Parts: sequence; structure tokens; C-alpha cells
Amino acid sequence: MTSPPDAQQAPYVGLFVTCLVDLFRPSVGFAAIKLLEAGGARVEVPGTQTCCGQPAYNSGDRRDAIAIARQVIETFERFDYVVAPSGSCAGILRLHYPRLLADDPDFAGRADLLAGKSFELTSFLVDVLGLTAVDTTFPGTVTYHDSCSSLRELHVRDAPRRLLSSVAGLSLVELADSEACCGFGGAFSVKYPEISAAIADTKLRDIAGTGATTVLSGDLGCLLEIAGRLARERKAIEVRHVAEVLAGMTDEPAIAGSGQGR
Amino acid sequence: MAYSPRNFKKASVRALKDPALQRALLNVKRGFIAKRESAKANLPEFDTLREEARAIRDHTLTHLDLYLETFERKVADSGGRVHYALNATDARDIVLRLCQEANAKRVTKGKSMVSEEIGLNAHLQASGIEVVETDLGEYIVQMRREHPSHIIAPIIHLNKETIERDFRRAHTKLPPQRRLDQTPALVAEARQIMREKFLAAEAGITGANFLIAETGSSVIVTNEGNGDLTATLPRTHIVIASIEKLVPTLEDASVLLRVLARSATGQDITTYTTFSTGPRRSSDPDGPSAYHVVLLDNGRSEMLGNEFADMLRCIRCGACLNHCPVYGAVGGHAYGSVYPGPMGAVLTPQLQGIDRARDLPYASTFCGRCEAVCPVAIPLPDMMRTWRERDFARRNPALKERLALRLWAFAAKRPRLYRVLSRTAAGMLARQAGRRGRLKHVAFLKAWTATRDLPSPQGKTFHDLYTRQQRSKRQ
Repeated sequence: MTSPPDAQQAPYVGLFVTCLVDLFRPSVGFAAIKLLEAGGARVEVPGTQTCCGQPAYNSGDRRDAIAIARQVIETFERFDYVVAPSGSCAGILRLHYPRLLADDPDFAGRADLLAGKSFELTSFLVDVLGLTAVDTTFPGTVTYHDSCSSLRELHVRDAPRRLLSSVAGLSLVELADSEACCGFGGAFSVKYPEISAAIADTKLRDIAGTGATTVLSGDLGCLLEIAGRLARERKAIEVRHVAEVLAGMTDEPAIAGSGQGR
Repeated sequence: MAYSPRNFKKASVRALKDPALQRALLNVKRGFIAKRESAKANLPEFDTLREEARAIRDHTLTHLDLYLETFERKVADSGGRVHYALNATDARDIVLRLCQEANAKRVTKGKSMVSEEIGLNAHLQASGIEVVETDLGEYIVQMRREHPSHIIAPIIHLNKETIERDFRRAHTKLPPQRRLDQTPALVAEARQIMREKFLAAEAGITGANFLIAETGSSVIVTNEGNGDLTATLPRTHIVIASIEKLVPTLEDASVLLRVLARSATGQDITTYTTFSTGPRRSSDPDGPSAYHVVLLDNGRSEMLGNEFADMLRCIRCGACLNHCPVYGAVGGHAYGSVYPGPMGAVLTPQLQGIDRARDLPYASTFCGRCEAVCPVAIPLPDMMRTWRERDFARRNPALKERLALRLWAFAAKRPRLYRVLSRTAAGMLARQAGRRGRLKHVAFLKAWTATRDLPSPQGKTFHDLYTRQQRSKRQ
């Protein structure tokens, strides 16, 4: 990959790890750091971060959502950019914080500033850092699931595909009805587990239809849903975050274990 | 199970286990989505039209009082009458009175979601008036004593075989050995039965897709033409529509019609687009001798002034239903409301109260596809979230849910505590999973493991690993 960043010139990126990556899959966070550094960024992970507040926000608990939004702004406003390995969390920072804090004289302007410099990982790599290729190998046929927030809130579609196309040995087959939700929906997944699983099953059929042996996405929420349902149905398809493949960090077992022996 | 939004949870689980319904719902996913996509692709100016459509609706709603007055005057000028109904009861009574004044014992009725909203049929029938639905889908719904399951495709939940059985049961005067296994045969039979009803009816009731202020016209779009027979054959034509159906001009209506059909069925235009303006004039060869428009408020004027005003832009195309993964999984009946899917999840709490309809705004993954395909760009997920906020403020969610949320938020606001808790959870779950990489049952996440395995955490949290890594780098 590229040469080490010049500390003075390099964009200073605060990595928003996301609560799911922190808890479930730290390897995604390290893959993100590796990719950002390969793209020439100087990365720091502030230790006072927790979550973007989405669980409160989408459950109607506006007061806690606002308190958490302020905390995120205070933690991350010193960086040139904020990058999350998740379209969902980046979407909250970019689109929803400014609205949550529009009437707050201390924070409205700061929320707008943070929104302008917050990005989903793959789109930041391609659109801001200008990374066009990664130097790694992943043999096999994969398919890519666009998370709804990446696709419709952030309009990220080409960036992950562009980077994946540079991975040696990898061939990407597109999903039918690729704009369809996987059924996760955060709290929805536990509020309506049966509906959530039924929606996931439609996605599982489309995944099977591609013939891919690995399914990738840029959002761990979607990946937990898809992997959880695949495991329950004993399907031998591996599930990984796209950053793991792009960073060449696929030593860790796939999400919900390997496809074998289910 | 009673048809009520209160039963959404139970009704949706039942719907998921109904194989015939699930088979029928594939038509929504495979049919409507692809048809809309290709109609949109064939019209390069679609997005421009969408912006125009949205602007027309917003403009109309801002000046709704003005356009209502103009409309009323124009209807009167053309010899018709406008009646205002504050709520469902008023509207039912007005329509009943108009039928009685017309000495109508037999009434034909075109498709109208507003008439479903106010429960019109039952009210007229209770007063001894025979009401026959003339939209083929609604006719079948009426025959089955059901509710429509989709705002433009009322019988999308049914298969052809079911309809054949219904016809044989209902149309007992026809020869039992007749063939009915093809759709055209079903259509022909319904037409044959309906023809007598059309000729006998003393009053015809239709809805309206739009009301045009500058001409005092009501507009319906249909594909069967039965709506036209309902409007023109009986002596009295009664239009029932909600107040937000107004548009200023014919020109405006043409913009909306262009996005409506494409968003709804993927057609460039519906087979029939019919403008009704007043009763028959002396020079007209035919038409009704009386023309009434019943304008229903039923909560709309309240919405004009609250956070749900954008919802009044809705032109009832059904695109949000067709693209909703939840609607696609459970169908329309589970919602227990005449307005299902995303638009219903916003509208039903307004019409029936949030306490009764509180499950609906949560029945969304917030995937945002509804908003993306809406021809008038209604921010449906945002409005569902606003209902959740109202619901939360009323302390409606179960104590257990609220407590869990507050505890989580308490920790999320305290990074050090949060670290301890996530470290504990990650370690505990990873140990329980062992080398399998997943958990079949987790006591405190039963709702997740009911239908999915829980992928195991890798063991350590990111922040612990990162802190350790940074420390060793410094040494």
C-alpha cells in the first residue's frame, strides 16, 4: 500500500468505532485503521466514545439522543474528519444530529460542522482520500449487501465496489433487488423478531441466488442479522465486514463462525 | 381476531404463517417494484416531475382554505353542491341523507379509501340501502366480508383459486359447471352480475383522486371503467373525498397524474382518467341529474398545523406499501387499518389515536425505501419516529422496555461505566459461545435468539485491545 503518512499533511481522522464493532468485532475497527492509514490518514480512536445514540433516537427517547449527540460532538469535533465503519452511524452524525440540535444555541453550529466532516468508511477512503485500489487477495465469489443507510441516506454505492474490484482473486456478483433491507432495523429486530427474520429470509434467498460463498457489507448490524439467520438455517455461507476483506485481515473466523459444520 | 391496529403483533405473526397469503404477497415484491422502476426509467424527467408534484401539494395545503372556497363556488356554478363533514359520523349521515333524498334504495359504489375510513357501507346498509362495490377488487372484498389489504390493489392478498371459490359460492344462479379458472372468465362473470346493478342503481358513490379548484371537478383514475358507470348512470352522483385532495388547476392535476400512475402500477397513465364536473347540462346526452361532493376533514385540518402536515401531500399511490419490507412480509390486513404500510403507520395513529395504533410506527426497519419512492417525497420514517417520540412521552412502552432503554442510555453517557459493561458482555457471551462462534439461546436476548443465532463477540472489546496496543507501542 502507500507510504506512511506525513504527520503534518495527513488528514487527522477520529475513528468512530461504533458500539457494535466495539462489542462484537474489534477486528473491523483494526481493519478500518489499517485502511485509513493506507489511504494516508493519521488515525486516532478517542477513548471517551460510546455509541451514536441511535437506539435512543429511534425509540422515541429524544432527550437521551440529544445528550449522547452532544457528547459525540464534544469528543470528535477536534478532528479533521470522523469516520465510521458503518453507514448507519455515519448517517446519524451527518443527517440527524443537525436536526436533533437545531434549537440548541450551543450545539447547532457544531452539529453542522461535525455533520460536514463525518463519513462512512469506504466512501471516505474513495471520495475523500482518493484511494482507488487495495493491495490484497481474497479468492472467491462474494456478494455485497448495501445497508439502507449507506445507500439511501449517504448515497454510497460505488465506493465499496470500486475497492472490492481491486482485490485479487475476488469476483463480485450483485444481489437481485439489492436495494432491499435485510430486516435488521436495530430495535426492530427484537421488537418484531418474526417479521425481521422473514425479511432476512428474502435476503438469504437472494444471497443464495448469487452463488457467492461470502457475503459482505459495510454495516455490522446488517451482518449480525444475516449471519444470525444463516447460522440458524445452517447455511454454509460466510459473512464478513467489507473492511476485513479490503484490509486483508480475514484470519479471524467469519461472523457467527465459519460456514462449515452448522 | 378483531381487525384493529391493536392486534398488529399477533396478526403479523399469523400472517407470516399463512402460506396462501405469503404466495400472494410475492406479487407485490415481483410485480409492483419492477413495473415502477421501468416506468420511471422510461421518463427521464421523473425526478423533476416529483419535485413539481411535491411543490404543487405543498402550495395547495398552504392555501387550502382558499382552494376549498374556490372549489365550492365552482361546484355550485356547475349546478352541484358541496357538503362539509367534520368527522366520520357527519360524513356517513350526510351521504345517507343524500341517498334518502334521492329515494335511493340501490347504490353502486366506486373504489374509495375514504369511504372505508368512515365505514360508509355498513351505515347505508343498516338503513336498508343496498350497496354494491363496483371496483372488481372491492367487489370481491365485499363478497368476502373483508377489508381491502392494499390501498390500490384491495385483493393483493388473494389468489385466483380463492376468488373462483368465492364466485361459485356467491353467484349461485349461474351454471355450476362453468369454467372460471382463468382471470378473463372471472372478470366477465363479475361484469355480467354488475351490469344489472349499474342499471338499477338510483345513486352512485365515487371517491376522488383529485378535486380541481378552478373547475369544481372531481377526478378518478381507474383501469376497469366501472367507476365511470358508477358516476354517470345513476340519477345522483355523490363524491366523497377528504379535504386534502384539492389541487388548484387542471395543469397541476396533470403533473400529479403523471407521477401517480407510474408510482402506483407502473403504468404511464391509467386506462381511464375521468373528470366529473357538476350534474348533466341540458346539452349533455347523459349523466346524473344531481352532483354532490362530501368533503371530509376527520383530523386533516389538525394535521395541517402539526408535525404530520407533510403526510397530507399523499396521493395514495401505494408505492410505499409496495416497497416496504414489513408490508411485503405480513400484508395489509395485519395493520388492522384501511391505511396499511408506511403511510398507514403515520396516518392511522392520527385517525385512531396513538394509544390504539401505537404498534404501527414501530413496524418499520427505517430502511427509507418508502420515502425514496414516494412521488411527493413524504419523510415517512421521520414521521414514524415522531410518533415513537410521542408514544415514549406518554410512557406507553412497557416499563421493561423503558427501563432497559434508560439503563443503556445511562451507561452510554458514562464512557468508563460503558467500557466495563461492554467488556463484561463481550467476555461472557464469547465464553458461552466457546469455539462455535454463535449462540443458540441467550437468556437476556430471547427476542433475538427466537429466530436467529447470535453471532459471538470475538472476546475482547475494541477499546481494550486498542488501549493495550497503544500502550505497547509507547513502550
